[in-house]
Amino acid sequence: MKWGVVTFPGSNDDRDTAHVLRSVLGHETVALWHKSADLQGVDCVVLPGGFSYGDYLRCGAIARFSPIMGAVARHAAGGGLVLGICNGFQVLCEAGLLPGALVRNRDLRFVCRDVTLRVESISNPFTNLAFAGDVWRIPVKHGEGCYVADPATLDEMEREARILVRYCRPDGSRARDESADRSDYNPNGSARDVAGVMNAGRNVFGLMPHPEHAADPAILGAEGGRRRADGMRIFQSIAHWVDQRREQASAGSMR
Amino acid sequence: MGRPTTSERPPVTPELAREHGLTAEEWERLCARLGRVPTYEELGVATVMWSEHCSYKSSRFHLRRLPTTGDRVVQGPGENAGAVSIGGGLAVVFKIESHNHPSYIEPYQGAATGVGGILRDIFTMGARPIASLNSLRFGDPSHPKTRGLVRGVVAGIGGYGNSIGVPTVGGEVYFDHGYDGNCLVNAFTLGVVEESRLMLAKASGVGNPVLLIGSRTGRDGIHGASLLASAEFDATSEEKRPTVQVGDPFTEKLLLEATLEIQAADLAVAVQDLGAAGLTSSSVEMASRGGLGIELDLDQVPLRETGMTAYEIMLSESQERMLVVCEPARVAEIQEVCRKWDLEAAVVGRLTDDGTYRVRHHGAEVIAVPVDLLADPPALERPVAEPADAEVASEVLPEPGDYDEVLRRLVASPNLCSRQWIWDQYDHFVGGGTLVHPGGDAAVVQVVGTDLKVAMTVDCNSRYCLLDPYVGASIAICEAARNLVASGAEPIGVSDCLNFGNPERPEIMWQFEQAVNGIRDACVAFRLPVVSGNVSFYNETEGRAIPPTPTIAMVGLVRAPQPLTSWFKSAGHEIWLLGSSREEIAGSEFAAIVHGRRDGAPPWVDFRAEQALHQVVLGAADRSLLASCHDVSEGGLAMAMVEACCSVPDGLSMQGARIRLAEGMRPDAWLFGESQGRMLVSVPRESSSALRDLAAGHGVPAMHLGEVGGSTLELDDLVSIPVADLAATWRGAFGRMVDAGART
Repeated sequence: MKWGVVTFPGSNDDRDTAHVLRSVLGHETVALWHKSADLQGVDCVVLPGGFSYGDYLRCGAIARFSPIMGAVARHAAGGGLVLGICNGFQVLCEAGLLPGALVRNRDLRFVCRDVTLRVESISNPFTNLAFAGDVWRIPVKHGEGCYVADPATLDEMEREARILVRYCRPDGSRARDESADRSDYNPNGSARDVAGVMNAGRNVFGLMPHPEHAADPAILGAEGGRRRADGMRIFQSIAHWVDQRREQASAGSMR
Repeated sequence: MGRPTTSERPPVTPELAREHGLTAEEWERLCARLGRVPTYEELGVATVMWSEHCSYKSSRFHLRRLPTTGDRVVQGPGENAGAVSIGGGLAVVFKIESHNHPSYIEPYQGAATGVGGILRDIFTMGARPIASLNSLRFGDPSHPKTRGLVRGVVAGIGGYGNSIGVPTVGGEVYFDHGYDGNCLVNAFTLGVVEESRLMLAKASGVGNPVLLIGSRTGRDGIHGASLLASAEFDATSEEKRPTVQVGDPFTEKLLLEATLEIQAADLAVAVQDLGAAGLTSSSVEMASRGGLGIELDLDQVPLRETGMTAYEIMLSESQERMLVVCEPARVAEIQEVCRKWDLEAAVVGRLTDDGTYRVRHHGAEVIAVPVDLLADPPALERPVAEPADAEVASEVLPEPGDYDEVLRRLVASPNLCSRQWIWDQYDHFVGGGTLVHPGGDAAVVQVVGTDLKVAMTVDCNSRYCLLDPYVGASIAICEAARNLVASGAEPIGVSDCLNFGNPERPEIMWQFEQAVNGIRDACVAFRLPVVSGNVSFYNETEGRAIPPTPTIAMVGLVRAPQPLTSWFKSAGHEIWLLGSSREEIAGSEFAAIVHGRRDGAPPWVDFRAEQALHQVVLGAADRSLLASCHDVSEGGLAMAMVEACCSVPDGLSMQGARIRLAEGMRPDAWLFGESQGRMLVSVPRESSSALRDLAAGHGVPAMHLGEVGGSTLELDDLVSIPVADLAATWRGAFGRMVDAGART
């Protein structure tokens, strides 16, 4: 399994993500530079958090035009895996690789805190090691993380099980009514509590929470074991899916 | 001011010098040393270099008394920041700096560029910043400016820190009517560098080129250091808004990465960031440290706008710029690194051996002044006078009737309620090393890739300092050290940010002298070096000075395998109080809130008892005896109990607790008095005798107060409140206070 983490000018969590993949997960991980269109043969491209190109216009609006994003789009079109975290999610939406958009948070303030997420769907490359209904605790940190899409798109994603994680209360419950006050668990006002979505091709996933900041046991062990390494499940799921596909391919070729 | 800012070059007269802020003696010294009347540009650079902000002319005489050496010190004061060894060949580089005046005039940009400035000080030395803190002071919440300032300053700190990807892991904020006319924004950053690769700002190598990298130079921030930071506020202060700089964290992020790449490839001889007084102070200081001369050609400086004069280019405080000295053969490689990060890099000058500061513009020499004349103005020994003691009423304060009600009021009060509203707006995860997040006694960050855990805190109780600046400043050192120890860390170094009023007033200089003495005595007692710092004078408006605020930033190293945290962990754990309690109510939050009293003597401070307490806690941490540890400070034992119950991170369950009070002391002094040198700890039952023995061995009083458990906080038979109620009030109070009247 080979990972590539893209560095745009203004990427901030690129080093943290690479550290988790390389040193905690123990996988081969290469740095991908925004000015290059060479993906170096990676299995999964990660677009990390941060403020690509400063994000002064609109989050992700400039990054989509970088040379690397052409290569990422071709990689995705060929079935390659892409994971967008926070700013990476915003870039994927701007680039049209994921539906919908991310706008200013409901409270118009940057928000940084742990949130609880419910795993909605597991038959995919990104959450296949979880159980449906699992509740994860992973931090968010963003000013523009309110997910919006038209109702038809949201309905379609629900039907196709492409909403992979939603914000929820610690017990996994959610408000029944979209118009109810959900500020106790939904940090940004996202439609239908969406925290992360997958494309129709089921190989591109974007989410606002930061799995790389809930993945290193050496860090999570402080504060009285405050957080589990829930974020690691996403990286492990991806690796598991890639390994399985590889085994199937080699079994197929032997036959 | 009538000061020309365009292409005019007015005749230089004593009158013009006075308008610039030079005193008659300074004007005479300048003319005498030059042997002629200075040019307009020379007057400009001399003014900024001799400003209080750049020259420390009023404070230097006193700062000499601070201890600055120690086994771990790699770099003491005099560089962009101090550096202290943490083992494994690594050093932490840190400093705290003020950005008070700009933040009051333009809170978002003032605070943002304060963060940008302190970050540059750290990565200029080749250290990657891994954590920031801030110390904020605002006026009374009811003052019409306060809420807007809080919202603007917090948004500005977050806007810059979040964008550049350095976690803001903690800090402190206090409200007091003494800051109604002057808020304080003190920003701290800590970075990590291999000791052997520390980059200094000392120029060397005659003939070596000088490069200016980063942002282009514009007309922003001209005279920020001399006009804004070195004078009091008055009714016209709003007109000074154009002297506030505008920050661009994205460019700073590129500059950070480019600077660290230049360092990693060993391309530079010296690096100096451009802060206050821009190109002038950075180039003068570099040359001065190296004992060299320097010549600059302003026609080579990349400009943001056309028609800028030499005066404007020299004094611009445009942000996100850096001066680099290198060997001639390295210029192309440095320019290549900058190109990679989409930054400009222009050769703007070279080092000379004649000790002269020369500047050319449009082919003409506009400045030719000895470097030492600019860099070393004489230190002033300003008059000092102790003010007459305030009248202290000696009546005994009545005991409150309803302790439940008192505690509920304290928990919701501006200085005691939870600061979560603030830190929810700061990214405290980025970097991947945060072990103890905001809200603990100290923040703890792991140096990723090592086992090293660095703790840091900022602290100052300015009410104590107003009552007695010597005692108040030494308490700030004691409490900062106690915060670190409560996190399981041994203190290793100090940076100070000394915020005071107008130094031309003898009573202000007395406050300053006393505070420096307090810091010195406490640091000597704890064997702590002060390795960096900053002085901010003229924090006063229309003759009213802020309370003396010597903010202490302190850094420590966690010894135990895991840092200690402040909240109660499990039902059944025993609660102990370490240290002596006295009947000390004067100067407390309780006295201010319940009795409206802010007078009297601050709490007693005893360095030896404090050190013994530290030894007990660190010894107990080494042996993993403690389940929790929390410093007893503002709000006294009662607030420490509230915090130990309520500061549980999301996802863990809150504990109640029940304690008894010893007899022989007034209950209000017991609960709310702010006696120093105390820690509230919880221990599993089987560890309590070991803790008691350890404390006895160091002569530290240890008292078994009660047990963790249940869902209420019970303080003897005086207070009984469900902890869920307390937590809701404590966590929500800040937002209710600050958001009221938002979006106006």
